Amino acid sequence: MNAIEARDVSKVYRAHGRSRFTTLKSAFLSPRGQRGGSPEARFQALKGVTFDVAAGRSVGVVGRNGSGKSTLLKMMAGIGRPTSGTVRVNGRLSALIELGAGFHPEISGRENVLINGMMLGLTRRQVERRFDEIVTFAEMEAFIDAPVKTYSSGMQARLGFAVAVHIEPDVLLVDEVLAVGDESFSHKCLDRFAELRRQGRTIVLVTHALDLVTRHCHEALWLDKGQLRAQGDPQRVIDAYLTDVAKEENVALAASDAASRSDVEAGGTQRLPANMFEASEGRWGSREVEIVGCDVVDAEGQPTHVIESGAGMTVRLRVHAAGPVGDVVFGVGIFRTDGVCCYGSNTLIEGAPPGEVAGSGEVAFHVPRLDLLEGTYKLDVAAHRQNGVPYDYHRLMYTLRVTSAIKDSGVFRPAHRWTFGGGVRISGL
Amino acid sequence: MGRADGHPAATVPLLANFQRLVRYRALIRSLVARDLKARYRGTVFGFAWSFVNPLLYLLVYSFVFTVVMPGARPADLQPYAAFLFCGILPWTWFSSSLLEASNALVAGGNLIRKVLFPAEVLPIVSVLSGLANFCFGLPILVAFLVYNQVPIVPGDLLWLPAIVAVQLLLTIGLALLASALTVHFRDLRDLLQNLLMLWFFATPILYPISAVPVRFRWILELNPFTQLAVAYQETLFRGGAFTEWERVAAVGVVSIVIFAVGYAVFDRLRDSLPEEV
Repeated sequence: MNAIEARDVSKVYRAHGRSRFTTLKSAFLSPRGQRGGSPEARFQALKGVTFDVAAGRSVGVVGRNGSGKSTLLKMMAGIGRPTSGTVRVNGRLSALIELGAGFHPEISGRENVLINGMMLGLTRRQVERRFDEIVTFAEMEAFIDAPVKTYSSGMQARLGFAVAVHIEPDVLLVDEVLAVGDESFSHKCLDRFAELRRQGRTIVLVTHALDLVTRHCHEALWLDKGQLRAQGDPQRVIDAYLTDVAKEENVALAASDAASRSDVEAGGTQRLPANMFEASEGRWGSREVEIVGCDVVDAEGQPTHVIESGAGMTVRLRVHAAGPVGDVVFGVGIFRTDGVCCYGSNTLIEGAPPGEVAGSGEVAFHVPRLDLLEGTYKLDVAAHRQNGVPYDYHRLMYTLRVTSAIKDSGVFRPAHRWTFGGGVRISGL
Repeated sequence: MGRADGHPAATVPLLANFQRLVRYRALIRSLVARDLKARYRGTVFGFAWSFVNPLLYLLVYSFVFTVVMPGARPADLQPYAAFLFCGILPWTWFSSSLLEASNALVAGGNLIRKVLFPAEVLPIVSVLSGLANFCFGLPILVAFLVYNQVPIVPGDLLWLPAIVAVQLLLTIGLALLASALTVHFRDLRDLLQNLLMLWFFATPILYPISAVPVRFRWILELNPFTQLAVAYQETLFRGGAFTEWERVAAVGVVSIVIFAVGYAVFDRLRDSLPEEV
């Protein structure tokens, strides 16, 4: 049996401001949902979304901001109606869209729990029966009789969460609310989800925490610009989603880098920073030897801005000198956006005596495995004399995004593996 | 189909929504209690505040009509303050709950956008809170009448619940209408405020209906609150058996119609509420 059936669901919002019926008459005569606004003034949040969720499954909904995830959740929750198409939900439904929505600040937590529970569809007696459990879960025993206005936002959210998950819904809809309270409370929330899952309840989770989806969901839905791009195995859907995000990031970084590049390739202006030692980004030097182009290319030799951690990368410089110039050293530096230097080296440090450039040439810095952590990095590239006087110094002018499925911490990732022996049983690595 | 899903299975959605509303009556009761409790928590005089407004009306009008312009009022209204009180108390309930209801959905916008529950609960709660305040005022009114030696006919008092019920129906109907429309036309609230002032003077509260020239009286008779005000005055202020049951019946029918229209309009606009508040 399906817990949720969505058929060709579309939702159009008016993009600019609120609707104004011109007359009361038009408000009542025009057909439902079709009134008001020229096509430009509308925003299509969902376009023909069709899917089923079988009872007892947990589904993670992923997608960029503004892809229609929350709208879809609201349609499932019955808050607002699709412009066209239908959503059917079978069973008692509880939606965690905003925790503690509707808590009244002036009255006690106790009364608010009762009212909140009834608002979510329980009878007064049903709430009363679950009351102690709710309060214990929220860890609010000591404060439950104080007015809600004295609660911290975390306390309110905890109480709201506790009420919603104790409704014992057949279908639970959750919108990005797991980041509630401290670590121990969010563990408790996840435990509660696991329990609901074991009980065979259907859970729909909208979140940007992708690991939550891979770990806790049977399947994933990927929404993109209001359309359903994929539904299925969480790992595969999320991989596809991340690949798509990386592609888009590449385009965005290329655009931001294009400015520096075209500047460099057009011969460039001197952008000397006020203080060399606190330089952020810029370009300076005598230009006797000039770096006329810098590309980051991936293992296939394609220019890119996004490199998977552990994949190969090459920094390719095109250089030019009008006449023969001696005493030339080339260097490359990789920096984190917070300024930490992850790696820096030059031809001199590595043992090569200063060389010579005449006419046009190419310098490539090959990294067979870029073992950096996920994040955004900036590159320094330079040509300078042995004593450090620059011919052409490009400081933090190029951006590189490293992606990784593993969310480890630190600066770099040494090549490593795990082995286990004896009574230790860990699998999956 | 579950009970709290937004898509009732019944073939007529309006009736299904109405059934759902009936199921939420415990919530309505709790919200009214919360409303009353929250409103006066932290205030020195607490519930007494709900009587300040009608008492002020009472003081001002009785001062004006008994001291400043004693000739302006009909001689048969003795004591005038008691007559006033009988009209002002229900009027205060009517006007204040309509004003509050017109703002109820906008004020509860966060709730409507985030939680699935019948939105009509909110304006209905406004009206019922007003009713509670009205009921708290009734003993004061009765005490005032007894103090002024107004003869109270016990048989008449039996009519009171019927009149109150009719007013409740009328007010809820108008409150549903006003609250749903205010979401779309925010200026309706200002309009309503002025309309209510006009309405007050077009209702025989300050004056008896008998004082109105016959050729204008039909206008007042069209006003459903005229019937209610006269009925209240008849039961509480005037001696003799209650004879105005025709008025009560007529306004009862009108109220049922207004309630049905109000609920239908609300139901028609229901889906647009989460987007517009």
